[in-house]
Amino acid sequence: MMIHISPPHQHGGDSIRATMLSVMIALLPATLCAVWLFGWLAVWQIMTCMGVCMLGEWVALRMMARPSRLSDGSAALTGLLLALTLPALVPWWMTVCGSLFAIILGKQLYGGLGYNPFNPALSARVILLISFPLAMTSWLLPAATMPAAVDLYDVTTTLTLFFGGVESLGLTLDGMTAATPLGYIKTDAMQGIAVAASLQAHDYSYFNAFVGNEGGSLGETSALALLIGGILMLARGTIRWHIPVTYIATVAVLAAIFHAVDADRFAPPLFHVLAGGLLLCAFFMATDPVSSPMTVQGHIVFGIGCGLLTWVIRTWGGYPEGAMFAVLLMNCTVPLIDQYCRPRVYGHR
Amino acid sequence: MESIIYAVLALGGLALLAGITLAIATRVFHVEGNPIADQVDALLPQTQCGQCGYPGCRPYADAVAGDEAEVNHCVPGGERTMLAIAELMGVEPKEVEEEATQPMVAFVREDECIGCTLCIKACPVDAIIGAPKHYHTVIADHCTGCNLCLEPCPVDCIDMLIKPELLEHWSWPLPNTQRAQQGRERRSQHEAA
Amino acid sequence: MKLLDVWHKLRGASGFDGGVVLDMHKQTAASPIVDCPLPSVLIHPLKQHIGASCKSLVHVGDTVLRGQKIGKSQGYISAPVHAGTSGRVVRIEEHTVPHPSGLGMPCIFIEADGEDRAVAVGPKLHHWSMEEPAVLRERVRLAGITGLGGAGFPTYVKLLKDQRSPIHTVIINGIECEPWLTHDHRMLCEQSDTMVQGLMLLLHMVGAKRGVIAIEDNKPDAIAAMQEAIEAWYAASEHQKALKLSVQALPTRYPQGSEKQLIQAITGHEVPAGKLPMHIGVLCQNVGSTYAIYQAVTHGHALTERVITVSGDALPKPANMRVRLGTPMRFVFAQCGLEVFDDIQIIHGGPMMGERLKNAEAPVVKATTGLLAMQRDVLLAEHQVEEPCIRCGHCSDVCPVRLVPNLMADFSRQGDFEKAEEYQLFDCIECGCCSNVCPSHIPLVHYFRYGKGQLAQIRKEKSFAEASRQRSEQRAGRMEQEKSEKAARRSRVRAQAKPAVTEDKDA
Repeated sequence: MMIHISPPHQHGGDSIRATMLSVMIALLPATLCAVWLFGWLAVWQIMTCMGVCMLGEWVALRMMARPSRLSDGSAALTGLLLALTLPALVPWWMTVCGSLFAIILGKQLYGGLGYNPFNPALSARVILLISFPLAMTSWLLPAATMPAAVDLYDVTTTLTLFFGGVESLGLTLDGMTAATPLGYIKTDAMQGIAVAASLQAHDYSYFNAFVGNEGGSLGETSALALLIGGILMLARGTIRWHIPVTYIATVAVLAAIFHAVDADRFAPPLFHVLAGGLLLCAFFMATDPVSSPMTVQGHIVFGIGCGLLTWVIRTWGGYPEGAMFAVLLMNCTVPLIDQYCRPRVYGHR
Repeated sequence: MESIIYAVLALGGLALLAGITLAIATRVFHVEGNPIADQVDALLPQTQCGQCGYPGCRPYADAVAGDEAEVNHCVPGGERTMLAIAELMGVEPKEVEEEATQPMVAFVREDECIGCTLCIKACPVDAIIGAPKHYHTVIADHCTGCNLCLEPCPVDCIDMLIKPELLEHWSWPLPNTQRAQQGRERRSQHEAA
Repeated sequence: MKLLDVWHKLRGASGFDGGVVLDMHKQTAASPIVDCPLPSVLIHPLKQHIGASCKSLVHVGDTVLRGQKIGKSQGYISAPVHAGTSGRVVRIEEHTVPHPSGLGMPCIFIEADGEDRAVAVGPKLHHWSMEEPAVLRERVRLAGITGLGGAGFPTYVKLLKDQRSPIHTVIINGIECEPWLTHDHRMLCEQSDTMVQGLMLLLHMVGAKRGVIAIEDNKPDAIAAMQEAIEAWYAASEHQKALKLSVQALPTRYPQGSEKQLIQAITGHEVPAGKLPMHIGVLCQNVGSTYAIYQAVTHGHALTERVITVSGDALPKPANMRVRLGTPMRFVFAQCGLEVFDDIQIIHGGPMMGERLKNAEAPVVKATTGLLAMQRDVLLAEHQVEEPCIRCGHCSDVCPVRLVPNLMADFSRQGDFEKAEEYQLFDCIECGCCSNVCPSHIPLVHYFRYGKGQLAQIRKEKSFAEASRQRSEQRAGRMEQEKSEKAARRSRVRAQAKPAVTEDKDA
């Protein structure tokens, strides 16, 4: 029988693996930054996440009798992304649970690569946040501001911390953790303290927020590292600019308007842009191809929606950070966006 | 007590309103005839071959619409027709009993034809032309390949030929990739289940 | 909508949406056009164009001359076939043609007598500017010219002068955006004067005032040659300043040479769906077609030869060749040093839109733009793995028609063809950009062709079923009528039976 193969007979050479690899390379600055901030603890978290994700993928595909897809790197990327959204001090079993959830419930049960409606890493993080709210909001102090008793650059100390928790070192959480900027302005606002005063009380500096020297998840604190990664992806054409730009711009514009109206209650735009997981979500989560719209028009709608929800949740919601909820909520709307945001076909009116 | 009466009145009123609306809608959007039979007929390949056990496509369509026949009796229509009818009728798909053969076309060996006109009378779609005591011939473009002309021919001069595969009629098959084939297999499994 | 158009303009640097930058492999860009020798037997398929098939005018044993009409067109959209050389018709039978199905069609085999005596389709018209456009157009029709860019649409149909939509711009398509192919490039360099003359001829035929020669900026020598030729023409003919001729260099981006995309890039207008370029006042002609039209008008030559590029990574001596139509591909490849075709895949046309052929037996036809001999293992490997779509949207980014290819492919794969059509499946020009950039290696174009084919098949079956149903109903009605007539006759006969019998007896 003759096998018919249609043109084109020339391929540009892009592949899923190359795409995933390119995202991972773009995450390298943020990963290095995490290691700088949280020492070996970051390494253990990242290695656990990536390892368990890959293992989970292998087992799941094995059970479904499908060919292995480990080599395309999508599971490893999910693991890396999940790790970067976790606080450094999360105990190992939580990390393992989260990773398994991301791969098995977040991805494989929907049909595997390409079929998951939600970003697997983000959905796993949200499940962890809801299941273990205390652990997921205890932000370890960066190594530089850590009390001298704990050396995060020491392998044994960090391994003990990772597997045994704070108690095994005879310490308490209070001495080692600090609230994130978004967290403390929210608590202070409830006590009627103005934004500026709250920031001043906590020695907030834009410079620290920019380089990442503040409380937060492993990979979300350093705006600089995330920007480098984002620009790298944009330059390589891995992602398009529409989602991150509209996302960040929406948050900034909303923050600017409300800040101008009432500077005591609403934080300034630059604070919002640098704070929390916004940049990580804007460049790496919202742009996840599988769970975001396909067309440029769709991207713009999606980005604006993400920005709107992020700002609304941050300002009026129960949680201090809203970026991941915003992205997950917008993930739900993707089929609808794809349905309506189709470009005008050539020659049609 | 009073609140219960209000609730009953409110719900009863709503129900009455809905009932009236539906009653009006059935009047206004009333459709004449048996549209289901027409719709089934439109799905059938109109070969008029009688392989379903009915004397033609329309009678079979009437039977299906009247729930007197299963949806899987149309042999030339094959799986696609069966699925379309099953969807229309809202019933479970059933496997087509006989494999549809390749599209065929009747051909009269003219030097053997005695011009008896029996095949002309048998042809359900007037695809055979000829006059008494003259050669008959099949208009290939009109022939549905129903085989009904074979039986009456007293000298067995009609052959059923496979329709030649013409370049103009060729169309692309599914790609030969594993994924495309898997999709096809899964679909047929799903349909069989 | 207007705002959206502005947006698209801003986005598309070279005037059309999407597109990709390819590896061009233009190895033969500097090779002058050489003449391919005449083979012993020419094979002329009876259909080499879009439209109705031709009917053979000759019989086995007839002697024919080069340029003699041997296939008569059977419809309005059709083009006659001419003998490629003088000789004898030896066979008329089915033979494989350059078509992806690998199927054959009736072909006329002509054994060359070596004398190559020619006959013209009409007298030489060197003073064509005095002639009526209709006369010239008829000449183009008689010469059997089709678009030589690959699609093969009969050219004379495009040259109609329609009062409702007067043509204002004639574009000569010298883009040649397909990788490997260089024949148009060489034609522009070597025949620049003829090209200007041909453009003038086209302007005269359709009554247009503006002529544009569009060339991609990766062919600076062709751009320079054409500019020089146009300047020379302006210098020579003072009185025709009313005509505006220009060379337009466009960025190298595939599919710049696609007619609709080229028109969008040059005029800024889109050809409305279901309409032809002439409806927005544009005529677009390929370089090869322009040359053929000029030859047909001035010399009365029928279309019996064309320039093609013979190239590919498995070909020892790539070349640009002037080949007689009907020359078997095996013969052409032999001229380029390729005799054995083990592990070699032949592609008819360029790598983006050309078709894979089963073997080298098919002849060169009017639509042959190039012949590529490629290493088979390299080519096949790329199509065997199709991975799941990761919805990256690159396909809709590069689509010059602004479709959403991955969804259309999904619908086709699932058999939901109506849905695919709703997403404008039939507007796809099958340029292959989407398949080219797909990281999951999904053969998108293949799915579109499958979907289009299935839709056409379903439509055909539907209309056949409808016709059968009508015939069946008519037959039933007729039989009913016959029955009732018979019954009526019988009762009439019965009523008159007695008197009739007595009359008979009396007689």
